[in-house]
Amino acid sequence: MAEKHSPLEQFLIKPLIPIKIGSVDISFTNSSLFMVVAVVLVGLLMTAGMGRRGLVPGRIQSIAEMAYEFVANLIRETVGSEGRKYFPLIFTLFMFILFGNMLGMIPSTFTFTSHIAVTFAMAGVVFVAVTILGFIRHGIHFFSFFVPPGVPIGMWPLLIPIELISYFSRPISLSVRLFANMLAGHTLLKVLAGFVPALGVAGIVPLAFVTALTGLEILIAFLQAYVFAILTCLYINDALHLH
Amino acid sequence: MSDKEKPSDLARLEARLKEAESRRPPEETRSERGKGLSFAFRIGTELVAGIAVGVAVGWALDRWLGTKPWLMIAFFVLGAAAGMMNVYRAVAGLGSQVGYKPARNDRDSDRGAGEDKKPGS
Repeated sequence: MAEKHSPLEQFLIKPLIPIKIGSVDISFTNSSLFMVVAVVLVGLLMTAGMGRRGLVPGRIQSIAEMAYEFVANLIRETVGSEGRKYFPLIFTLFMFILFGNMLGMIPSTFTFTSHIAVTFAMAGVVFVAVTILGFIRHGIHFFSFFVPPGVPIGMWPLLIPIELISYFSRPISLSVRLFANMLAGHTLLKVLAGFVPALGVAGIVPLAFVTALTGLEILIAFLQAYVFAILTCLYINDALHLH
Repeated sequence: MSDKEKPSDLARLEARLKEAESRRPPEETRSERGKGLSFAFRIGTELVAGIAVGVAVGWALDRWLGTKPWLMIAFFVLGAAAGMMNVYRAVAGLGSQVGYKPARNDRDSDRGAGEDKKPGS
């Protein structure tokens, strides 16, 4: 009984179709299911939105166009016209995270963005890709990234480790931010919702809180996808324009 | 459904729309608020991530070299410095770029004030 009401139970990963290759467990889990749902929904939205190509857009087309323009503007503002090449990556990341977060707001669904394994994988891809991009663009000069200009050589032994740590903290902050916000928000909602039946008539107070928090969570769900996208843009910008 | 009614209906709708529009905050402040909030999310984790990476690197080096606990302490301090530098860079509008240099393009509107400020002495 107590187990059933645990606020953390919602994050439990349950294998739906057990698959094992050797000793590696690659089961199709509820997490994978919702990732597939998110991908299918984004795919459906974009294909349905682009299908009719009306001069006066319908509802679905409007949503698709808004999403496109939002990400395109984001890239233009942070990277400039050079960043247009990276639109597919950033758009994919943004829509995937946005749909993951929003699907999680529907009761009794699974929020795959609340797992660090998922967010760190995405942040890791961004980090490795940006580092490779910097190397391709600048070669060995890429290492000047870690030497702040105008610093006396005597300070280098101190500053280079700091710069390196700063650089390697990027994927950590990128992934932890998303996962922690989703985990904390959903746990808080569950904890507060647990008070509603326990308090009887007075349960209306936590119920009001839960309602307000749900609104806030939807805002956060959007903002976290936005932050992930904008930081990816900034990192790409850094790799393109070295000092 | 005569033709006469339609213009008055439209006029009334127009008036109601105008009234509703005047009640909502201008587009500018709403998007600014969202940007500010997203900026706050960015700053919060930068500091922690720096310290976490510093401690992890120090701990791993300690295990490898058998110098417990000195490198972890040293890298904790370095990591804290890196985290603070991350925050300083983001807030002072130097971009997230590693290295002290003002961001080349100041088009990113949420880098906030102090864009023309010379980087810390």
